[in-house]
Amino acid sequence: MAKLATHADRGASEGFRFPAHRIDGLAGTSFKHQHITSILEDQAAKRGFFEVHAENYMGAGGPPHAALTRIRQDCPVSLHGVCMSIGGPQPLDKAHLGRFAGLVERYEPALVSEHLAWSTHDTTYYNDLLPLPYTEATLRRVADHIDEVQETIKRPILLENPSTYLVFKESTMSETAFIRELVRRTGCGLLLDVNNVFVSATNHGFSALDYLADYPLEHVGEIHLAGHAEQEDDEGDLFLIDSHDGPVADAVWTLFDIVIGRCGPLPTLIEWDSAIPDWPVLKAEAIAAQAILDRHAGAFLRRKSHAHS
Amino acid sequence: MRIPESNWDVAADRLDYPTGFVPALLDPGRATPALVAGPRGKAANKRFNVYRNNVTVSLIDALAAAFPATMRITGETFFRAMARFHARERPPTSPLLFDYGRDFPGFIERYQYAQPMPWLADVARIERAWLDAYHAADAPVLPPHALTSLPAEALSDAVFKAHPSTRLVCSAYPAVTIFSANRQRGPVGRIEARQPESALITRPALDVEVRRLPPGADVFLGSLLSAEPFGSAAATASVRCPEFDLATAIAVMLEAGVFTAIRQGG
Repeated sequence: MAKLATHADRGASEGFRFPAHRIDGLAGTSFKHQHITSILEDQAAKRGFFEVHAENYMGAGGPPHAALTRIRQDCPVSLHGVCMSIGGPQPLDKAHLGRFAGLVERYEPALVSEHLAWSTHDTTYYNDLLPLPYTEATLRRVADHIDEVQETIKRPILLENPSTYLVFKESTMSETAFIRELVRRTGCGLLLDVNNVFVSATNHGFSALDYLADYPLEHVGEIHLAGHAEQEDDEGDLFLIDSHDGPVADAVWTLFDIVIGRCGPLPTLIEWDSAIPDWPVLKAEAIAAQAILDRHAGAFLRRKSHAHS
Repeated sequence: MRIPESNWDVAADRLDYPTGFVPALLDPGRATPALVAGPRGKAANKRFNVYRNNVTVSLIDALAAAFPATMRITGETFFRAMARFHARERPPTSPLLFDYGRDFPGFIERYQYAQPMPWLADVARIERAWLDAYHAADAPVLPPHALTSLPAEALSDAVFKAHPSTRLVCSAYPAVTIFSANRQRGPVGRIEARQPESALITRPALDVEVRRLPPGADVFLGSLLSAEPFGSAAATASVRCPEFDLATAIAVMLEAGVFTAIRQGG
């Protein structure tokens, strides 16, 4: 983790629009416009961070930018890209990449992340995080895309592990091996979505703990937690959908506790993107995450001081 | 890398996976792509359907969010069926979903089941313009003194620079009255209006404003927005609409923040 600078490198002489709020060890929530009045009235809310989907702020002006500017003054912000199509074979959309870089420059986010997925093919945008085969060929292509993004925005990104529902017959390596190799080749950091691990583990019948044991936890710069929905697959077995429309499941909280026990208190986001509740409900989830982060923070400080003595 | 023999057929082009994956996403009649499977020999039909569902439902949701008055008029079931046809026929070509739906009013105009509501497409046009205004660049509005301080001849020659949020939607139906009634939260009473109406959509500060223009003001502002000088725009409006009142039109233009500056002349 030492070599991964999650914060923009700030020269002492440069001027910045916003204060450099620290995000270490904080819980945060998705930022939804309907919550802004509650958030601004809630002093406790300002101790957390807020994450925004980059594409929602790619318009020229208006209320979205006014709201984000207001939030960014008081709180750390995480910029989460949803549709760069890093996991697709075709060249990245230069105009889109330029808009993304513009947001990084404008809002000086504490964290910048994107997905291991694709959403555009030819000229059609499918508005979903679509899966990719894990092969040497896709590894090379995805690594090139991450390099291009990082060179353009002049800082490393955190790459998020997907939730998946099926496999590609042509895949030749595991998702964890694929991700580990991307980190090695590009120097990117990782956004570990614990709910995605749980959803994929259930859907593919592997152990979430085995996945985490094989996942390069030392490169994680942010955690995502979210709710999922239950369905059945073709064989009538339990099948989970990464729906982001409810509270975090107990099993996911347990996994989160294990991850934070190993990694220390990482910035942790509660994602809630549809059937969005009133602010107090969303905030309660963040408070629960913060309690777990704080509980491990003490132990981590003690362990660190022992290591140094 | 050695590829297992059974994978040769699908591995011929290792970077061509979207070509096999996308055709069935928007076409429920197509089979699950052969290049995917469930784990340990399980089927992939319901699994692939998750992606199908995500794509179609999220695009319908995007249209529902952008066209709330249109949906209130038709009812949710009607709207979502109409939006599904449109999303499958015309999926977005940009990842910016607030740009999606530009072709939707035209689709509504042709949509067989919407024919009994000929005003519906124009309500959708006003909603699409509303969303454009919402995301448009911020800019100061033309201050009244910029006009009042001009000598008469200079005013006549003045050409104006549109505010980035300004949109004009002219309808042969009472589209503004229908839009306004269905965009607010309260109950919608019987709409008595029968006259054609033109909508002016602006965002002078942070709130989008939609106005029904007085007679002839649509012609006047339309001319100014296509860079005609003030004098000739006023003359055209008077000729085309005998009820046109210049003083009222100027008041609306300043109050709504239609323009940001005087571009030339003046």
